[in-house]
Amino acid sequence: MSTVTLAPAVVDLRDVRVAFSTDRGIAEAVRGVTIALRPGERVALVGESGSGKTMLGLSMLGITPPTARVSGGISVAGTDVLAADRAAMRRLRGGTISMVFQDALSALNPVRTVGSQLVESARRHHNLSRAQARHRAIEILTSVGVAAAAERMRAYPHELSGGLRQRVMIALALINDPQIIVADEPTTALDATIQAQVLDLLRAMSTQTTLLLITHDLAVAAEVCDTVYVMYAGRLVEFGPTRQLLDRPRHPYTRGLIAAAPRFDARRSVLRPIPGAPPRAGDTPIGCAFAPRCPFADAQCRQVDPPPATITEVACWHPQEGASR
Amino acid sequence: MTVQPVPILSAEHVGVTFSLRGRPLHALDDVSAEITPGRTLAVVGESGSGKSTLARVLMRAQDVRHGRVMFDGTDVTALSERALRPFRRRVQMVFQDPYASLDPRMTVGQIIGEPLRAQRLASGERLRERVGDLLRMVGLPAEAAARRPGQFSGGQRQRVAIARALAPDPDVLIADEAVSALDVSIQAQIVNLLREVQRARHNAMMVISHDLALVYHLADHVMVMYLGRVVESAPCDDIIGNPQHPYTAALLSATPTLDGRGERERIVLREGPPSPLNRPSGCAFHTRCPIAQPRCSAEVPQLLPAAGSRSVACFYPGKLAGRTMADLTSQEEPR
Repeated sequence: MSTVTLAPAVVDLRDVRVAFSTDRGIAEAVRGVTIALRPGERVALVGESGSGKTMLGLSMLGITPPTARVSGGISVAGTDVLAADRAAMRRLRGGTISMVFQDALSALNPVRTVGSQLVESARRHHNLSRAQARHRAIEILTSVGVAAAAERMRAYPHELSGGLRQRVMIALALINDPQIIVADEPTTALDATIQAQVLDLLRAMSTQTTLLLITHDLAVAAEVCDTVYVMYAGRLVEFGPTRQLLDRPRHPYTRGLIAAAPRFDARRSVLRPIPGAPPRAGDTPIGCAFAPRCPFADAQCRQVDPPPATITEVACWHPQEGASR
Repeated sequence: MTVQPVPILSAEHVGVTFSLRGRPLHALDDVSAEITPGRTLAVVGESGSGKSTLARVLMRAQDVRHGRVMFDGTDVTALSERALRPFRRRVQMVFQDPYASLDPRMTVGQIIGEPLRAQRLASGERLRERVGDLLRMVGLPAEAAARRPGQFSGGQRQRVAIARALAPDPDVLIADEAVSALDVSIQAQIVNLLREVQRARHNAMMVISHDLALVYHLADHVMVMYLGRVVESAPCDDIIGNPQHPYTAALLSATPTLDGRGERERIVLREGPPSPLNRPSGCAFHTRCPIAQPRCSAEVPQLLPAAGSRSVACFYPGKLAGRTMADLTSQEEPR
């Protein structure tokens, strides 16, 4: 893979690790992930619960839980996140990089109106008068499809429907025109027709903005993103352009995810689940973490972890060919 | 032609009204549903559609204002809790959250055996054997009986919940979003398990889900609900292959899947569903419907039989499905 023609990365993650101390020792939630996001890229980070995808997202904003030990290199728009002081991180968060969470109700401040949260965020990062900030807030709410935005400014988060709250959170993430948006399961709690609206919104976002969409759902990733990274047990196992990854998945885990997903073109064909369950952090087996669930695993897989999916595009001793179904 | 199978559990023209801050909330309005042995009915809809209220009505956990609930030829609508006891055993439910629905202090063996003990269906060695059989049926090892729910993953807990539901040998299994909290790879395990169980036991099943793609792999018949009413009801293939109600078409279009639908027609609806407290006049969907006409806000479309075993409540059935986005926008212009 040639990197000479690529624009410099706006997010540069080098061998990122996120570890927690538990009563049974160190549990690594993220076990060495290297990803570079280019300006304007739409990238999905796909994985099941416990894959480490959320911790990786939080590490980019420096908001992992206080008990987490983060190591490696995390550079966001030129700022070294692991070395930056609090003031620098405050400027970065909400200005350069912002995050959309799954649960808007707990991410928004419950005792302040939607308008005051938007106005405050706009004024924290730009030298705006209250009136200018208010104008900007109404503009951004309207742009994310909130009808009667001026009226909604006076609402408290709990007074809004789930879909509206999610739009408010996206507006809050977008109000300072960030270079990077990290959206963690932004539609998982929403009804199908509302999910479609929010995905539409993410698709319609400015091409200047870099999007990292964290999701458990490959189909949602495929709706919005051009590149998909697949994580399993804290590691990247495969990445590639979305269409290629879906049509010719090479890692047995990616292939398993595709075969397990319900679809409309195979009437009541038996879904092919992946046997077993992912390991819990701290219980990761020696060798390839997927080996205990993998139909192709042999002695080598159970002893030696394949090189991570950064050097090659697939972290597997026995990558497969052809379609998964 | 085989003989038309007789439903074992049904709701007939059921109406449920709650009172919220003094205002009536019509949770269910003239809803009928039939659950038949060996077959799976899926009820699909978004929040506020009334799908979970319908499940509670069928479980006799929710009283009705209109209509009745029939079980195995008996009207169970007004039966006392005591008279309902045999019914309680024969209709079982699996819930969404396997973390909240299992008592963490009990062993899996106790959890599964509890309904058997409570109903005095088995005890001692026979109880242990039965628990072992149930564990095997849901794909868990016999040793699992001695462990507690905390030692299992989400998918394994849902297997335990299914084993508990199957313990009293029910005729009807109602699964309320039973797989939606699980990871994709595990979801498929539980979907297949529910199908295997049904093939082996021939029980009737009702699946409540917001996910049409999952439903496609489970159901024989699908009922689509919107704000307390059934808008379309049809065999699964007809719903997925040829939706007639615009809401069904929109729901189908809004469901992301990995299949080769490629550049499928995207129907993106405006806003969210209105509050059930402010149900729009006429067809409740008209405020979001891309093809709504003046008549739709004035008159309530009845759920009428269409071709096959389909019913649809729309004045313009089939007018939205199969159109291109260009057709739709040009349709919308003059309004």
